[in-house]
Amino acid sequence: MKLKTWGLKKSIWVFHVSSGACNNCDIEVLDCLTPKFDIERFGMVLVGSVRHADVLLCCGAITRQSAPRIKRLYEQAAKPCFVVAIGGCACSGGIFKGSYSIAGPYDKIIPVHAYIPGCPPKPEAIIAGVVKLLSTLK
Amino acid sequence: MKTVIPIGPYHPLQEEPELFYLTLDGETVVDVDVRLGYNHRGIEKIAESKTWDQITFLIERICGICSTSHPIAYCNAVEDCAGIEIPERAKYIRSIIGELERIHSHLLWLGLAGHFLGYNTLFMWAWKWREPVLDLFEQTTGNRNHYAMIKIGGARRDIKNEDIPAIRKCVDSLVAPLEMITKAAIDDPVLHARLKGVGVLKKEDAIKYCVVGPTARASGVAIDVRKDEPHAAYDMVEWNVITQESGDVFAKAVVRLLEMFESIKIIQQCLDGLEKTKGAEFCVEVENIPPGDGIGRYEAPRGETYHYVRSDGTNCPVRHKIRAPTYVNLPSFKASCIGQTISDVAITLASIDPCYCCTERTAIIDSKNGKKEHLGEKELIRLSQEKTQKIRKKLGNQEGQSPFFLEK
Ligand code: SF4
Repeated sequence: MKLKTWGLKKSIWVFHVSSGACNNCDIEVLDCLTPKFDIERFGMVLVGSVRHADVLLCCGAITRQSAPRIKRLYEQAAKPCFVVAIGGCACSGGIFKGSYSIAGPYDKIIPVHAYIPGCPPKPEAIIAGVVKLLSTLK
Repeated sequence: MKTVIPIGPYHPLQEEPELFYLTLDGETVVDVDVRLGYNHRGIEKIAESKTWDQITFLIERICGICSTSHPIAYCNAVEDCAGIEIPERAKYIRSIIGELERIHSHLLWLGLAGHFLGYNTLFMWAWKWREPVLDLFEQTTGNRNHYAMIKIGGARRDIKNEDIPAIRKCVDSLVAPLEMITKAAIDDPVLHARLKGVGVLKKEDAIKYCVVGPTARASGVAIDVRKDEPHAAYDMVEWNVITQESGDVFAKAVVRLLEMFESIKIIQQCLDGLEKTKGAEFCVEVENIPPGDGIGRYEAPRGETYHYVRSDGTNCPVRHKIRAPTYVNLPSFKASCIGQTISDVAITLASIDPCYCCTERTAIIDSKNGKKEHLGEKELIRLSQEKTQKIRKKLGNQEGQSPFFLEK
């Protein structure tokens, strides 16, 4: 295992990207931080700048206006940086697929490492998805 | 000198990403402007390609928090167009789901407001009490959010009568923590000093800017679609419209806090109604929607939601127009933000409970030399939290001794 990946696995810092979501996926991500789920116990911290992030939690179908921003965000992140697409919108466009203002889904714009389907996925599913991603890292 | 701090759309606490331009003179805000469109998904257009029944699922996804308000308004519109009368049991079901949603939305706002002010305890507590409501949703509708309970002609599924005692118990168990938090917020000297007189929206301005929902009610304008144009079960139960006179952020918080108790009252009476209508039908069969148009309104947690549909007799609408409350409330920032200091802006912007998910950047334009600086929301929140800290020190109330720690 590379040193960088090994270091990353101990305490992942997550950055939350929303790009045309209905807000529910975002709220479920935040829910993971609040007392019932409390992922901070495992060293996962929501950070305020993409430059500190190890994992990007991405929600929502990408709208045309946010697409260039998402690309720039990903370029700014320190590598290795893993992208998790959360929710049907982020994975495939979901119910908004085919709209004139949607440029997504995520894997069209930036590389995606894990998909968590659901509308919205439950916080348990989000945590399980991130853990699964971490356990595949070599 | 020009400083640009690029902070991406990272604080997606609310729905629509928006960009505010604040023009400053020193510390004082002299102008505010807003840019929209980051979250535009073309929902009205997609709606034209879906059938009447599919649209309820689509418009639920306009906004994750109001995911019952939009379908209720839409179904009201279609029922208005087709002249459908829904069964009594469906009315109760609609009101119960709508009011549960109001409780969880107001708790969510309260938590965020606490976070903006540097009361993270309040943030965690409010979100903790939100969980039982979400569990209730999961139990009755099958999903924590996006409940898909509303259908043209009534409700999509029934609330089982066997579930009612559990729902009642859960709703009753919310009263004690809500009372505690209301008392703590209303009596807290720091919150008084921090929120009273901040972001005042005068009654004349509220009327002039046509604001809706708690934003209007906190300025003494008693408008509420549930009372003004009763539908669902709202005219069959006893409840009050909560208003406050002062129009500041404090009044908006008080309106939301007290509204949650009204919601609980409504839910309890609707549960009685469900018990009475045991076994009755909860949805009428709708064959087709005749040509014509209809409007539907519903009081979402943030204010009036308005839906307009036009039918040409086929299975899809030819036009579907949606007006959401935040869009109406946003212009009132012109009245409430101007003259405030920059550290008060975060909470004033948040006070209308805007759907402003990832207000990625607030550009600050210094009016004297035209220099432009980009402040992230993080920066705004930091300024706001520092101010609370200062007030706390002045009042001799150290961190760790706030009423939220002392209670219980
Ligand atoms: S997947 Fe569903 S819940 Fe998540 S953003 Fe899309 S519509 Fe909203």
